[in-house]
Amino acid sequence: MKNQGKTLLQRDGTKTVLASLLSIVIGLVVGSLLVLLVGLFSDNLGLSSAWEGIRLIFFGILSTGRSAVGNLTWGFNPQSIGNMLFRATPLILTGLSVSVAFKTGLFNIGAPGQYLMGTMTTLAIALGIPSSALPGPVIWLLAFLGGMLAGGLWGCIPGLVKAFLNINEVLACIMTNWIAANLVTWFFDATKVFQNTVENTKSSYVYKTAYGRTLVDGTWTYVDGNGVQTAKLGLDKLFPGSQVNAGILIAILIAVGVYILMTKTTLGYQLKACGANRHAARYAGINDKRNIVLSMAIAGALAGAGAALYYLSGNTEFYWHTYQTLPATGFNGIPVALLAANNPIGVIFTGCFMSMLNIVGLQLTNLTAYNEYITDVIISVIVYLSAFSLLIKMLLSARKKDKPEQAAADTPAEDGPAGEASAEKGGEQA
Amino acid sequence: MTFLIQQTLLYAVPLMIVALAGVFAERSGIINLALEGIMIFGAFIGVLFVRLMQGTALFHDAFAAKDWLTLQGLELLAMLAAGVMGAVFSLLLSFASVNLKADQTIGGTALNLMAPALVLFLIRIIANQNTLGMADGSDAASWFMIKKSTFGIDRKTDLGFLGETFINRVYLATYVCILLFIVLSVLLYKTRFGLRLRSCGENPQAADSLGINVYKMRYAGTTISGVLAGIGGFVYALTTANCASTGDVAGFGFLALAVMIFGNWKPLNIAGAALLFGLFKCIAASYASIDINGDGVCLLANAPISSHVYRMLPYLITLVVLAFTSKKSRAPKAEGIPYDRGQR
Repeated sequence: MKNQGKTLLQRDGTKTVLASLLSIVIGLVVGSLLVLLVGLFSDNLGLSSAWEGIRLIFFGILSTGRSAVGNLTWGFNPQSIGNMLFRATPLILTGLSVSVAFKTGLFNIGAPGQYLMGTMTTLAIALGIPSSALPGPVIWLLAFLGGMLAGGLWGCIPGLVKAFLNINEVLACIMTNWIAANLVTWFFDATKVFQNTVENTKSSYVYKTAYGRTLVDGTWTYVDGNGVQTAKLGLDKLFPGSQVNAGILIAILIAVGVYILMTKTTLGYQLKACGANRHAARYAGINDKRNIVLSMAIAGALAGAGAALYYLSGNTEFYWHTYQTLPATGFNGIPVALLAANNPIGVIFTGCFMSMLNIVGLQLTNLTAYNEYITDVIISVIVYLSAFSLLIKMLLSARKKDKPEQAAADTPAEDGPAGEASAEKGGEQA
Repeated sequence: MTFLIQQTLLYAVPLMIVALAGVFAERSGIINLALEGIMIFGAFIGVLFVRLMQGTALFHDAFAAKDWLTLQGLELLAMLAAGVMGAVFSLLLSFASVNLKADQTIGGTALNLMAPALVLFLIRIIANQNTLGMADGSDAASWFMIKKSTFGIDRKTDLGFLGETFINRVYLATYVCILLFIVLSVLLYKTRFGLRLRSCGENPQAADSLGINVYKMRYAGTTISGVLAGIGGFVYALTTANCASTGDVAGFGFLALAVMIFGNWKPLNIAGAALLFGLFKCIAASYASIDINGDGVCLLANAPISSHVYRMLPYLITLVVLAFTSKKSRAPKAEGIPYDRGQR
């Protein structure tokens, strides 16, 4: 029994998983400390609300609101879990986008821009084609592919300038992000037809894709329930009251596809070879420039697919006045990929974890005086820790040689108070 | 024309000082991608300082008596606070990249994510909204603006072109930044410390063999970088955002990185590049009210070009300029590579 445990613990994959779990726990602990500090020093918050905030940070996904007396209540919340799966869909895909680029040695911080271009094209196709011209599923497919294509083309730009002009891809990505943000605003501002005028209370929103372009009395208008939306496949019965749909299944399928592409095909091998050593790859006869562009194109297409799946759900609206902000979903692809150590299958789980944090943030805003930005702090701490994940991994294996019992005790440190204590120990050593 | 020069300067000066921040970090061998995050943090600290100061008796008396010397002193103190906290924040980056030999790009990205999150979290709790301004909603930027009345000159007196441009309606912070830029450029090129710092970014192994402590030098470079980026962030918030902090500087830190690369890591070129980018940023921000030849006609606003084009311009130009200059650019040789004594 002991021997078997040892071989499992010594495997590299196990160490990676442990390092990621440790990062997560440290991140949650730092978030809790911040909540505690603010609670202590703020006049109107106090210690009891800080304790509520900390419990929500760790178990927010299981929160069911407040009881009549005002205490937090806990239990299985199908709405939260369904929404978690729904929000995980784009995160898994932007995470895949960042991880594919990482494997080729590129840092794709341009996912927000690719996501925006994907959004624009998807919405333009889904809302632009009249409902009577084609059946719904065909429009859905066209819009989905269009979003992927747009994201891919937008991703090509940093890839091209990196490969042929040797511009740092990080800077090129940032610039294309802001250009995309302006382009998208320009597009929806100039075309006007997509702006939601049915629900007059909201300004600067585009129609949901559930609205279809329909000819009523000789004029084109948008009618609810006539458009395209992703099939639910009974998931809405499983998680009543949530926005979940088949998009999450498609995202998982794509993740498996990316895994096969990266590990089982020649193209994947070439991409990884370029990432390991561009010059050695060229010496071995691999066209490094082509592969850099291709890698960014695939990354962009994945981010675009994420946008398409999110907005084709039929019940999400797009705020098009985006020229001053970039979508957080794009940036959160970075921690998703880093936490999963760029493993496409791992991305499925870390994507779900990130969207869980997202839900936790909403619960915090709704139920306490704290706000959702605390989850962004937690995410940034996790990214910071993953910058030296190699060191954490080394520490983990060094500790295991000394005290195998203690290391085994660390394994169930997923969340919960037991994990909290051991993580603080690990934090000191890191 | 006066308006154009003043506005350009307002954008160019933070760019210039933050680009110099990038130079100090990269010349010592650390890629400081976190400039944007440090700017956001510095802006928050500076604005918070002004907000807290507003409640003190010292400020109250000075404001009532129109004692502009004290007010300017307080402005400098706010800059100092922003610089110090910027340096503290940048320690996170130097600790990760010097002591832990972490990936500097990811470390910088982490700080870029952390700064807006932390700042917005605190702003929401302090002000219960997403913007931190003054407690009573007054316009703090106007307290610090140097006008004709500051010197006791009548408002209608014409000071001539130079006087109108450089004395009326300006901020002391702008000139302090320019002075700081000159002093630090001299420090980087004409002193022993500067030479040592630069050697750590080119060949740290050789520097170490001559008895220079590479770790210390890299800490120094990144910390100076943090001070400058913090100050730059506050100056940006003060002069272009009415002294309000929103957890956002609209990609200014990244533009500064582009300015640094365009300026080939050399202060004089950076000053020129910052002016060019400042001009485009100025056009993007106020194309509707720029009156170049003073005949009351706003050429740019009347031109048949969408306003979106002007807003996109700074980023588009950056990409194009980088495309033309990156082949010739020469980055410090050892930047981004963690220094490992064992590899000597």
